[in-house]
Amino acid sequence: MEIDAFLLSRIQFAFTISFHIVFPAFTIGLSAYIATLLGLWLKTGDQKFHLLARFWTKIFAVSFAMGVVSGIVLSYQFGTNWSRFSAVTGNVLGPLIGYEVLSAFFLEASFLGVLLFGWKRVPPWLHFLSAVIVAGGTALSGFWILSANSWMQYPVGHEVRDGIAYPVDWMKIVFSPTFPLRYAHMMTAAYLTTAFVVLATGARHLLAGHRTESARTMVRMAILMIALTAPLQAVIGDFHGKQTAIYQPAKLAAIEAHWDSSKPGALVLFAWPDEKAELNRFEIAIPGVASLLTHGSMDALFKSLKDFPREDRPPVLIPFFGFRLMVGLGTLMILFGWIGAWLWWRGRIFESQRWLWIAQYTWPAGFVAILAGWFVTEVGRQPWVATGILRSKDAVSPITTAEVAISLALFVFVYCVVFTAGILLINRLIAKGPDEISHEDPPEQPSKRPLKAAQAPASAIFGDGHPGDDKIQPAS
Amino acid sequence: MEWYLPVIWAGLIGTAVMLYVVLDGFDLGIAILFPTTADESERDQMMNSVAPFWDGNETWLVLGGAGLWVAFPLAYSVIMPALYLPVTLMLLSLIFRGVAFEFRWVAKPKHRIWDLAFWLGSTTAAFSQGVILGGLIQGVKVVDNQFAGGPFDWLTPFSLMCGAGVVVGYALLGATWLVFKTEGAVADRARRQAKTLLLCLLAFAALVSLWTPYAHPRIAERWFTPSNLLLLWPFPVLTAFCGYMVWKRLHGNHEFTPFAFTIAIFLLCFLGLAISNYPYLVPPGLTIWDTAAAPSSHIFVLIGVSFLLPMILFYTAFVYWTFRGKVKADSGYH
Repeated sequence: MEIDAFLLSRIQFAFTISFHIVFPAFTIGLSAYIATLLGLWLKTGDQKFHLLARFWTKIFAVSFAMGVVSGIVLSYQFGTNWSRFSAVTGNVLGPLIGYEVLSAFFLEASFLGVLLFGWKRVPPWLHFLSAVIVAGGTALSGFWILSANSWMQYPVGHEVRDGIAYPVDWMKIVFSPTFPLRYAHMMTAAYLTTAFVVLATGARHLLAGHRTESARTMVRMAILMIALTAPLQAVIGDFHGKQTAIYQPAKLAAIEAHWDSSKPGALVLFAWPDEKAELNRFEIAIPGVASLLTHGSMDALFKSLKDFPREDRPPVLIPFFGFRLMVGLGTLMILFGWIGAWLWWRGRIFESQRWLWIAQYTWPAGFVAILAGWFVTEVGRQPWVATGILRSKDAVSPITTAEVAISLALFVFVYCVVFTAGILLINRLIAKGPDEISHEDPPEQPSKRPLKAAQAPASAIFGDGHPGDDKIQPAS
Repeated sequence: MEWYLPVIWAGLIGTAVMLYVVLDGFDLGIAILFPTTADESERDQMMNSVAPFWDGNETWLVLGGAGLWVAFPLAYSVIMPALYLPVTLMLLSLIFRGVAFEFRWVAKPKHRIWDLAFWLGSTTAAFSQGVILGGLIQGVKVVDNQFAGGPFDWLTPFSLMCGAGVVVGYALLGATWLVFKTEGAVADRARRQAKTLLLCLLAFAALVSLWTPYAHPRIAERWFTPSNLLLLWPFPVLTAFCGYMVWKRLHGNHEFTPFAFTIAIFLLCFLGLAISNYPYLVPPGLTIWDTAAAPSSHIFVLIGVSFLLPMILFYTAFVYWTFRGKVKADSGYH
């Protein structure tokens, strides 16, 4: 492989986007969690929720800052490193990114200030509303990004004239066929990722034996989220896989390492795909199951890698292993969440040291799964940057190898320094934990609490079995 | 239709860039002034005066970049590779500046390194932005609608001077913002610093105003053709007047007006540059019409802009209003 501006630009993009995606995924989930906590506080007046919201807001602030700065880098890289891509797809993708900035980016960024600094400046309902707006903004941001990405995966609603894509039908472009499932898959992944971080934090504090009240609430809320969302994610993923068979058969063939379309697809558990020899080595496979999963029949045939000319095939190794890593982690998540739910149901969740001990180490699960999934989908799109319109190698800027080499080295250096520091600082905040509940210095009260009766159900789910224990009575 | 859409979009992007320069300008400026005090609580006060706003401010930069891609994809695809190194430097600097806001608080008491990151990141970001501006004004080599120059074409005495000018300008915005938003020692020092910075900025403005027409006949023609001169003479006069007002208001007890007149100087300089270069988006070859996106793309986003932009301005104002008043030493959320 020749080292040129194209190869280095690909490495740089892969590097910067892999760093970036972790933070939005976390902050999409975390902002929703903070909004939920503030909502529960408003509703119940339980100080515990307020302290938890404050605690997670500090972590949110650090993560959000890293997400913002690494995101700005990406938005400019389309121009600096992929200028042909910008010129060819700009008429179609530019507006989608433009809408992201106008509708979501400003919303998040502006109300973030109110969320972080408004604890005493605005009334509680408005503070809660700001948290909801930030959460909504992050989700909306994801909407536009996934919309743009889905169009690159399977472009529709456009026409190509003189090599440049022109929009024809905006509804088709924004809601391209693979978009809804892709977006659902990403959002669920984000919520799941955050749930595991919350779970691990709660478990860590429980094991250390401090702040049990808030730690128990975190563990309970996280289990509830995981037990419900992890299976849902598997269902969404399954639909997404079936859809890939229709819209991106080459990607699916690479994921399955399926070389021969005359045979039904076997579910390959493990193999070493050999792209040169066009076959799998050391294969462990269950015949017919891949066909069953994609087309509902053990005998169904589907397109294989050999049906595509070599220059149109995606690389096989990364989609193949990435997919297995993602699905494997997803399965473990379901299992772990359900065991937790069962322990909770039996009332043994806080006695099970073993489960808690594992739980404290589960925080990377979601991040790794997201990165694996993202690699599957992005590498699986190759050799196209916009399928059928522009190949990645034709998308690169007219820049020198030296320029990209310099920038890549700087990015690697800066990201390693900054993000290592960020993660250490987040760990420091997590280790410190939420403030203790104090009866002398209560936070400002929710000014108007419409439903006092609604305290009971929320405490029954999230409290530790002694509702009313730590309630702070309204000041007025 | 085909004629006026690019003009509208050029106006919109110009507005976004201008808003960015003013809004992020003052918070970058505060960081540029950071080393002038070593006092912990004074630095906290300086940083807290912009902490709730910086993220929203920086979003205008994203809108400027994304807007350029939306409306003039060809210009975007030429400018970015042409200015590859300064753009990269700006992005990397903004990383340090952005994370410093949060890291510094969490890292306390071992936060000196993030103070340094805040100052160095902001200063380098400001300098790179000036270099990018200068690199664009002096022109970009284009063949077949692609950038066709070398990696260091942007590196000239002129672009370096623009870089220094922007650093000084932002520092002035930062100083006058501090006069407006803080009190006590921080405000007093800012008042003193602002005077020196004002003189430097006016000197830079004068230098650019002479240098660009001298180096580029098209700009000289734009300004000094008798009919245009008749129309354009208020620009330098107004700029001088605003400079005088800043100076004067820094002496009294005025708090907001020095900042307001500094903004006016920036606005006038920006308009001056726009007049110099219109209708070229990528001087000297590509006009806004040469590089415009498809009309359908223009209209599609324009629909969104027409109701989203007023909303953005409204809630930006709301956030500024929420955090109105002087910043006390202890007003962080931390």
